[in-house]
Amino acid sequence: MRIAIVDESAARASIIREGLATVEDCEIFVVTERRGLVARIGEIEPDIVLMDLGNPSRDVLEEYFAVSRVLARPIAMFVDESDDESIAASIDAGVSAYVVDGLAASRIRSLLDLAVRRFNAFARLQSDLAEARGQLAERETIDKAKRILMDSRGLPEPKAYAEMRSAAMSQGRRIAEIADAIVTAHKLMGAK
Amino acid sequence: MELTVGFLPLVDACLPILAREHGFAEDEGLSLRLMKDVSWATVLDRLLYGHSDAAHMVAPLAIATTLGRGRPAQPLSVPFVLGLNGNAITMRPDLAARVAPEGQLGDPAKVGAALREVVAELLAQGRPLRFGVVHRYSSHNYMLRYWLAACGIRPDRDVEISTVPPPFCADALDAGDVDAICVGEPWNSVAVERGAGRIVLSTAQIWRRGVEKVLTLRESVLDEKRDAVERLVRAMCRAGRHFVDPENWDANADILARSEYLDGDPVLIKRAISDRLLLSRGGEIVHYPDFMFQYREAANFPWVSQAEWLYTQMVRWDGTGFDAANASKAARVFRPDVYRSALIGTGEPLPGASSKVEGSLRQKTTVGMQQGTMTLESNRFFDGVVFDPATQRDYLAKLP
Repeated sequence: MRIAIVDESAARASIIREGLATVEDCEIFVVTERRGLVARIGEIEPDIVLMDLGNPSRDVLEEYFAVSRVLARPIAMFVDESDDESIAASIDAGVSAYVVDGLAASRIRSLLDLAVRRFNAFARLQSDLAEARGQLAERETIDKAKRILMDSRGLPEPKAYAEMRSAAMSQGRRIAEIADAIVTAHKLMGAK
Repeated sequence: MELTVGFLPLVDACLPILAREHGFAEDEGLSLRLMKDVSWATVLDRLLYGHSDAAHMVAPLAIATTLGRGRPAQPLSVPFVLGLNGNAITMRPDLAARVAPEGQLGDPAKVGAALREVVAELLAQGRPLRFGVVHRYSSHNYMLRYWLAACGIRPDRDVEISTVPPPFCADALDAGDVDAICVGEPWNSVAVERGAGRIVLSTAQIWRRGVEKVLTLRESVLDEKRDAVERLVRAMCRAGRHFVDPENWDANADILARSEYLDGDPVLIKRAISDRLLLSRGGEIVHYPDFMFQYREAANFPWVSQAEWLYTQMVRWDGTGFDAANASKAARVFRPDVYRSALIGTGEPLPGASSKVEGSLRQKTTVGMQQGTMTLESNRFFDGVVFDPATQRDYLAKLP
């Protein structure tokens, strides 16, 4: 079976590729370039095309599948209506799948499940990364705010931190928000 | 009450965006969430699988989905037209120079006649002229094809027409992947600013009152959330009134330009809103009235005859043959009953009829109303052909 993964994110494409590598009799092609997409798909002659929902070229590819006589067998979105559940799962995960006519439904379903899991894994990785970045930025802001309090009010470090913490608790806000407010106010007051 | 509306970043996604931003939805007790995507395929998937309740959509796609073209049929409903026209045909500067006058929009018949010669020349060289449209089931595709065919240029035989996503139109012109595009704003203007193209025609010149984007829902969702949908219709009508008022153009252009919406240049967006077009880089700005048509003459009323016209064009270009059962299925996608029920008792004009003979008005005409008064201006097709929904087969037989 020939599978084309169309994704402008090379990182996500490789994660999906890795996930599908365990499937037997399966040749995987990754297409990350937007230009020449249709010609490339024509060369690959895939049985299945996986494409992320955020890809602007989806309309181009759908048109190609609908009107092109180049591919020997017509490609449709998914298999039939009985696959609604796996389609819904794939849409939730952010992947669309196009499958040539006549491919065994059970085979497609397990492949799709696999692809969906990889898409979800990638999304988790990204949100972990975003969270880690966010935490790092928060820590920097808190340090900055702490220094502002130490400098402007002559407080020792533990005291400066305790002040922010008690302000956060009494206002029901996160300490990072208090720190952010201090840094913003400090900037507005004309500090460098 | 909550509704999520999917949209593509185009100027004509303005009404749901402004209904939210100006608090018109909130005034109706409706909390509106907007969901941006980058392809019509994804906007449609999210609608069909319940990520969104309603969507900004190219009108023919709502009918194609209902009829099961390209995927299993799913009945969709259109209670509100988001606007008429607002698209343009932009050509590579060298081609434009051969077929269109400098510094003004061309005359569709004259541009078509000149283009026909170029098309013949290129065909003889074995390199057919190539057009890009935003979707196979788009009004852009049908308007472009209507114009070409009426000028003696047969789409798919004399010229190639393929899909180019709006954000890539300027690139495609620049790279020579296509010779011309038919797309909505701000993408024609983006191509002009880059010197990649010249605007030669507005689609409003092809059909003066052509249906463009529509608000689409699954039929079952419309039934379930009927109350919320009617509130949305009222909020969007208010947004339409606000949108066409010159007082608000600057503020609305700034809102639409924001990163969560079009993420574009407010200067270009304001031009489209105010029916102004810069036809070529370094040229003068031209005013073409009713380039976009979002409110006047009950522009948002879903005329059944509009759906029927779109069905005839689908049959014409898909080559599937006219089918009376499909024609009435297509007609039922447009739901003037919902529009009426939402706006009865408000100050908005409600036409007495639900269908009209398209293209029959040459001058201002006062029409019979259920509520309010209204004068319709010309709604001509550029070739003067009239579409009577009662005789669709004859109409199709008459078209080239």
